[in-house]
Amino acid sequence: MELRGRVWRFGANIDTDLIIPARYLNVFDPLELAKHCMEDINPAFAQEIQPGDIIVAGKNFGCGSSREHAPMALKAAGVSAIIAPSFARIFYRNAFNVGLPIFESSPAAENIRAGDEIVINMITGVITNLTQNEQYQATPIPPFMQEIISAGGLISHIQRKKREGK
Amino acid sequence: MTITEKILAAHTDQKKVAPGEIINVKVDLVLGNDITAPVAIQEFEKLGFTQVFDREKVVLVPDHFTPNKDIKSAEQALILKKFAQKYRITNYFEVGRMGIEHCLLPEQGLVGPGNLVIGADSHTCTYGALSAFSTGVGSTDLAAAMASGEIWLKVPSSLKFIYSGQLSPWVGGKDLILFTIGKIGVDGALYAAMEFTGPVIRQLPMADRFTICNMAIEAGAKNGIITPDEITLAYVKGRIKKPYYVYQSDPEAKYEATFDFDVTSLEPQVAFPHSPENTRPISAVGNVPIDQAVIGSCTNGRLEDLRLAASVLHNKKVHPYVRLIIIPGTQEIYRQALQEGLIEVFLTAEAVISTPTCGPCLGGYMGILAKGERAIATTNRNFIGRMGHPESEVYLANPAIAAASAILGRIAAPWEVS
Repeated sequence: MELRGRVWRFGANIDTDLIIPARYLNVFDPLELAKHCMEDINPAFAQEIQPGDIIVAGKNFGCGSSREHAPMALKAAGVSAIIAPSFARIFYRNAFNVGLPIFESSPAAENIRAGDEIVINMITGVITNLTQNEQYQATPIPPFMQEIISAGGLISHIQRKKREGK
Repeated sequence: MTITEKILAAHTDQKKVAPGEIINVKVDLVLGNDITAPVAIQEFEKLGFTQVFDREKVVLVPDHFTPNKDIKSAEQALILKKFAQKYRITNYFEVGRMGIEHCLLPEQGLVGPGNLVIGADSHTCTYGALSAFSTGVGSTDLAAAMASGEIWLKVPSSLKFIYSGQLSPWVGGKDLILFTIGKIGVDGALYAAMEFTGPVIRQLPMADRFTICNMAIEAGAKNGIITPDEITLAYVKGRIKKPYYVYQSDPEAKYEATFDFDVTSLEPQVAFPHSPENTRPISAVGNVPIDQAVIGSCTNGRLEDLRLAASVLHNKKVHPYVRLIIIPGTQEIYRQALQEGLIEVFLTAEAVISTPTCGPCLGGYMGILAKGERAIATTNRNFIGRMGHPESEVYLANPAIAAASAILGRIAAPWEVS
């Protein structure tokens, strides 16, 4: 499976308060949250993002609060994937749990520019930059996480295990 | 094995675990609040779970936007209450009994050494101060754990932080952890366990230990932990109503890295906007006028923190153009502060005292900053927009610095207050 989209660039240590400020956490409807996604760092983001767009950011993306509202907001805003050299660990879990694929790759994060058109191979982790005609390798998603993704998220994964009597 | 590895192994059917291994663990306690639990409850119910794994091991604390700041927040808090009623959750804390979760759970004896706790709140790592393994997760993980009593975890590698020397007056747990984050950066312990040790840690009271472990997440850590000693056991004695287990790290335990800090000359630390790693010693702060000071939060809302603030504020007045907001972490802390006369000191100083709430720490309510305003806070994060307008600023420090700054109207040391 492949993901294709146009790139938005962000810097290092993008925290979950930037992704979705706490002042909007008195609701948890993903579409409501999406309206304020990235508002404090790029007020135009929520209006201008196109479905399928991909975020490429610096290290430690998603640091700070455990709010699952952060990947929920990004996904509902239309983000199809995130690439960064590293992710904060709670965000990493939450992204998979809500079904937002994320990829670790330093070369991709260094070389991809805002507005580039890229394609991500979900299975191999190969990222192709159509604009710059380059390829980068991301860390393939670990088998354990692939199981969760194939089940459609963590809750479904547990239900499946339950049905199988494990 | 390290203490972290021993606790994790004890919650599996394995004898040993090693860093990098993915394991399924049984949890002793799961925690949610009025922001994260509504999402978890929605997942839980949507998918047809009909019971929680153990109604005595689920803790629900409406603390972030409570007492409810608006209608939407009230509706979120109501979801918690209804769920607690429906599943007869023992540890639901209504406003009036509620406290800031990471001050409340240890106080109520809900966490002990060797326990494994997950919470849908990033500062769940606080309980490492009680020699427990505890870590923050999101709402889906909380929903799954509420149903199954289990969660998968990757065993973290451990980093060892050894503090030696003699702490100066006005330097405590907050300064040690800010200094450490300043040294290693906000991803310096990414995915790892931070084990805090050394003679300085051994002399620290529990309040300072909670502060240190609380901010392990600010270095990206999975958990922070301090091995148990007499101080730990004295704290849990008489509080904890369930079994607990004392583990020590083996002398031959493996650490990914060891950091040795002689903290004899350490000054109080201040983290400048907009990252907890932007730390400076108080002597290098310069003239930074402030509009607000906040003393409270899961980081520094304990009785010892209030005593420290009161010792600076005694017979003083808050600067005429500064708001000082003091938030006791729990009802019990509030009551003790009242009995000890601390509340009187604060009122005389013209501070405001709030009921326990996370409130301003995350820009919820009870002290939001306008554009261009600046706050000094004993909280844990100074990200862009964290306490209000995206063009406001938050500086992080210990309670004595916050109190002195409130008096002088600029970031100041307690020894500047005559």
